[in-house]
Amino acid sequence: MGFTLLYLSVIVLLPLAGLVIKASDATWPQFVAAAVAPRALAAYRLSFGSALFAAAVNLVAGVLVAWVLVRYRFPFKRVIDGLVDLPFALPTAVAGIALATLYGPKGWIGQVLGVLGIKVAFTATGVTLALIFVGLPFVVRTVQPVLQDLDPELEDAAASLGATPIQTFTRVIAPAIMPAALTGFALAFARAVGEYGSVIFIAGNIPMKSEIAPLLIVIKLEQYDYTGAAVVGVVMLSASFLILLGINLLQRWARIRQGEKS
Amino acid sequence: MKAPSRSIAASPTARFALIASALTFIGIFLLLPLVTVFVEALSGGVSKYMAAIVEPDALAALRLTLLIAVISVPLNMVFGVTASWAISKFDFWGKSLLITMIDLPFSVSPVISGLIYVLLFGAQGLLGPYLAEHDIQIVFAVPGIVLATIFVTFPFVARELIPLMQEQGTESEEAARSLGASGWQMFTRVTLPNIKWGLLYGVLLCNARAMGEFGAVSVVSGHIRGLTTTMPLHVEILYNEYNFVAAFAVASLLAFLALITLLLQSVLEWRDAAMTTAAGASL
Repeated sequence: MGFTLLYLSVIVLLPLAGLVIKASDATWPQFVAAAVAPRALAAYRLSFGSALFAAAVNLVAGVLVAWVLVRYRFPFKRVIDGLVDLPFALPTAVAGIALATLYGPKGWIGQVLGVLGIKVAFTATGVTLALIFVGLPFVVRTVQPVLQDLDPELEDAAASLGATPIQTFTRVIAPAIMPAALTGFALAFARAVGEYGSVIFIAGNIPMKSEIAPLLIVIKLEQYDYTGAAVVGVVMLSASFLILLGINLLQRWARIRQGEKS
Repeated sequence: MKAPSRSIAASPTARFALIASALTFIGIFLLLPLVTVFVEALSGGVSKYMAAIVEPDALAALRLTLLIAVISVPLNMVFGVTASWAISKFDFWGKSLLITMIDLPFSVSPVISGLIYVLLFGAQGLLGPYLAEHDIQIVFAVPGIVLATIFVTFPFVARELIPLMQEQGTESEEAARSLGASGWQMFTRVTLPNIKWGLLYGVLLCNARAMGEFGAVSVVSGHIRGLTTTMPLHVEILYNEYNFVAAFAVASLLAFLALITLLLQSVLEWRDAAMTTAAGASL
């Protein structure tokens, strides 16, 4: 018990307090000026916007992948099920250079998109693609167990009562998996907002255009602007706390929903 | 295994379309990047690949990465077990706050995880003057990298064990105590065997992240080649020098580690599923 608290204080609480203390080196006007500087605003917009979009893509694709993995049989299913966790296991720097190469002008996908006139590398699109990769497992892994517990007889019952497949999905399946799917969405969003390694290579990091907020912190540190870095850090951290709070509420909702059924 | 549903997407066409689109998505977003790593690594032939791996800076990076994992994983293992023990077997004030704190590193940007140590121990940091006076170097040196790695990896074991230990309750432990077992005997004979697979799973994930962490380590490392560059940082340096073959060669080792982690993870999950089915059948 004592060890737990001591370890937690030394590793987490003390350094976090340091961040807030350093940020308070700035006077209030300085703090505001650093927090809402045009370059910082552009970085938040890119980080939060592309994270939101990527999480939305993951929500749809994740439900689809979870559904296919739970309900259908096909070759190499176990391999694919295991592969879903790849973004968790693959170091972000490795993912970053692989994505930058793949979507670069000479890469397999980049070449094809280039012919179509779509530029991915060094744009916000590239940032979003990297974030889709990073957040991919979350929705699959939260929805999968719920779908497994969902009795197919419910769907049969709906069908026998005359529901079309789309009605069965929107009225029976969607409500059941909603809390889990939203939890996965929020987790993917939280991860994507702070993601660094897999994004910086494909992003090209052009200020005001493809520079994410975590990178802005790194740049400020490299310029020895510790206070500026701390200010952006506090803004990002506050956002993380809010998202974390939201996730906890979603999970509580999900548990209550699960409890109602069993 | 449940019988496939008859009602939803029962038509073979719809089923095929769903499977095909899911597999296409996974193929483009997961498989292609993975294949890219190995193809690029070997694009200069095997001799160039080997040369990039046995090069002194690459070996130094490998050694540092292993050292970091050897220090941070056992520490987090001990913390994970004690924290989940405290959370699952006792009731105390501030428990849910403690759980939230444990989850925190998952939702904090890795860059911020590194930043907090620079602000604390860096030259301009809060403790900077004191450390300089006593000639202690933490940031831009190995201790800083270890601290940042511990921070980003410490939820893994606890997250795995808390639900497991909560589910098991305290009855076995109470029985052991009433039969005269000491605290340590109770832990090694009763608690540990019950949680060993969950513990292994958590340690596996913790290790993968410890060896592969980039953002947090990048901020505290200072990028001193051969001294404070871990493998992921070495990959970055090589890539930024346009030495793509070498970058992907070192990256392929990390990708290989990731694949082994996924394999072991799947084996543990299948084992778990088989046990559940067996338990269900015997009921």
